Amino acid sequence: MTTAPAATRPARAVAATPSTPQRRSPLSRGDARPAWLFLLPFALFYLAFLIGPTIWMLITSFFNTSTVRSGLGTFAGFANYGEMLSRADFWSSMWHTLQFTIYTTPPLVILAFVFAILTNRIRRGQWFFRLAFFLPYILPSATISLIWVFIFTPGSGLWAAAQSAVGITPGAGVLASPKTAMIGIAIATVWWTLGFNFVLYLAGLQEIPRELYEAAAVDGASNWAQIRYITLPMLGRTTTLVILLQIVASLKIFDQVYLMTSGGPGISTQVALTLIAGTGFTDNRIGAASAASVLLFIVIIVIAIIRQLVDRAAARKEA
Amino acid sequence: MAINAPATFTRRALLGGGVAAAGTLALAGCASSPLAAGLVGSPLNPEQLIFWNLFGGGDGSRMQTMEAGYEKLHGGGKSLQATVFAWGNPYYSKLTLATVGNKPPDVAISHLTRAKPLYDGDILEPITDADLASVGLSAGSFNAKSWAAQKTDGRNIAIPLDTHPLVMFFNSDVCAKAGLVDADGKLKNLDGMDAFESALAAVSKVTGGTAITVANVSETATPWRVFWTFYNQIKGATPFISDNGSTLSVNEDAYTEVTSRLQKWVKNGWLNKGLDYAGAQTQMFTGKAAFYLQGEWEITTAQSVSGLKFGMVPAPQIYDKPAAQADSHTFVLPRKDRTPEQRKQAMLFIKQMLDQSQTWAMGGHVPAYLPTLDSAAYKALEPQADYASAAKVAVYDDPAWYGGSGSTFEATVGAQLGLVQQLAASPQAALSAIKQQLQVYLNTPSPL
Repeated sequence: MTTAPAATRPARAVAATPSTPQRRSPLSRGDARPAWLFLLPFALFYLAFLIGPTIWMLITSFFNTSTVRSGLGTFAGFANYGEMLSRADFWSSMWHTLQFTIYTTPPLVILAFVFAILTNRIRRGQWFFRLAFFLPYILPSATISLIWVFIFTPGSGLWAAAQSAVGITPGAGVLASPKTAMIGIAIATVWWTLGFNFVLYLAGLQEIPRELYEAAAVDGASNWAQIRYITLPMLGRTTTLVILLQIVASLKIFDQVYLMTSGGPGISTQVALTLIAGTGFTDNRIGAASAASVLLFIVIIVIAIIRQLVDRAAARKEA
Repeated sequence: MAINAPATFTRRALLGGGVAAAGTLALAGCASSPLAAGLVGSPLNPEQLIFWNLFGGGDGSRMQTMEAGYEKLHGGGKSLQATVFAWGNPYYSKLTLATVGNKPPDVAISHLTRAKPLYDGDILEPITDADLASVGLSAGSFNAKSWAAQKTDGRNIAIPLDTHPLVMFFNSDVCAKAGLVDADGKLKNLDGMDAFESALAAVSKVTGGTAITVANVSETATPWRVFWTFYNQIKGATPFISDNGSTLSVNEDAYTEVTSRLQKWVKNGWLNKGLDYAGAQTQMFTGKAAFYLQGEWEITTAQSVSGLKFGMVPAPQIYDKPAAQADSHTFVLPRKDRTPEQRKQAMLFIKQMLDQSQTWAMGGHVPAYLPTLDSAAYKALEPQADYASAAKVAVYDDPAWYGGSGSTFEATVGAQLGLVQQLAASPQAALSAIKQQLQVYLNTPSPL
């Protein structure tokens, strides 16, 4: 029915016969040296700015390392981990990170899908909608934060003005209450980053051959049936990609929180990365910050593995 | 011919030529290019003094005037590069990281309460008597209270520019309607709990609601300043934290008294329940409230509101003794390798900024430099003269490695106090949240 399983089948056949000489990795063939040379500039950066710091993070997480002192400081064993795991604000920041992911991922996937389908149906002036949905995405996070802080300003902001216009007394503002602040940040984020997923979906939609729809229409399939049985399955791979990118992006939330609420009110929007940045660069405790980073690292890996397993199970069922 | 042309001009030749050209440029530009300076770590422009500060709003424009005054004496804009950063933790984090990364500014502004942890972290160079003498300064040039406050381990770590206490702004028209203004337009003395509360009630009748505003939404410093002011007015008030931040020593009775008093004012409709920083001002400026509690620096904003008649007085003494939360802006020398000339240049910059303290005082701050503080010109400044006495009862934040103006301590405690004012937390719930959130800082030895 769909092309997806057809596309994976040959790939699996290849994987099953790895001994075929033509299929060996290019790096183990004769032209390995030029390949490595081409990779070298990137590999150096990768080593210096990703692998290196990651190893340093693992090491310092076991020491009372200070940001302002050279050297590792005294050995702390698992004390930094113990501290983080017993800190209420660490758990709350982890929960807020997850909460933000839960708030943003479904709307960012579903709305992007819906808007892409609607835009794709427009014949004339499609460029306008493409631009309108994508434009916020090219703005820097500082700009979108300013815009949304203005919208949510208590008393005089756009949201408060709209509320008074329909006769509701505006409250203290969306960002002011611990209950709604994260929702405010999530709304700003959805508006901001929707465009990226939207473009991915739109590209996916334009890959679907028109003949499928024509054939379905000839068979008397309704619009809804066409979306349900052609569009959705054909966009399956795009959706997988979008969800993965979105979860990872949401778990890395930092800018909007830092700029819109700085973690407040109280610590009700403090997320993992603001806690880590605060511990490392404000409290000057690189050791403790490293331990928190390692814990976040583990969480992200676990979530990625779970998603991979779910995907694999789904693919197996489909096959 | 056209067919042969590509053969003589290959892609390889183009790339090779490009690399060669870039290399020549890089070599030629080694001495002066920003890239080369960045790579070898040499100063971009050795003649230029680099100055970091955290002043926005009215303070920011006055500091720019003073910077222009310095530039005029030293051959124009090239002599000084001043950079402004958002105040609070982000500023001090940047200052710390720049110094650790060996790229500090020549001179920086620091709050007095933040200079101490910076000094403990080896970020600041002590200032010797010889440094002071080299530009004609001495300990006697400064207001004794702020000079004594900056001394740490017997060394001078910072040169105070001012003292900035929390004060009370009032809207003259509203206060006049409420009968709180005397014949010559000054606010009547509202000291004493009963006097102040009846004033609030009188104002509330005039405005039909709020009488006094304190910013408490997306704002943690102001709730802390107000709390710390009233708390220290109570006899027997203890430091909130002691032993460089390892003991929580707050007097809980005094804490409960102040916080429940503020909640009572909110419940009576006298004190706002939830306003952000700008909103709290606007209420007073537009006559929807009579009083507004904030640092004196908001004088510039108030003066820029056309048609607003306002005055400023020390925060009312509602308990046993006068007190006002305060801090000082100071000049500090971040640790770096300096030649004697560079050191002298940095000191000269500080001296020439201090000479312009009168400009700074226009922005509300009480100058620390005695030649200005004692001058007739300063004493004639209105309304500055009406609240200058607040600097005498200044209470600084408790010294702690995570404390001081705009610090983690202020943010943690201030956030809970903001929630108390929103009636979103009871005083007891807020105190236990404070205790719980400070626990890790209380237990952690200073990393400095």
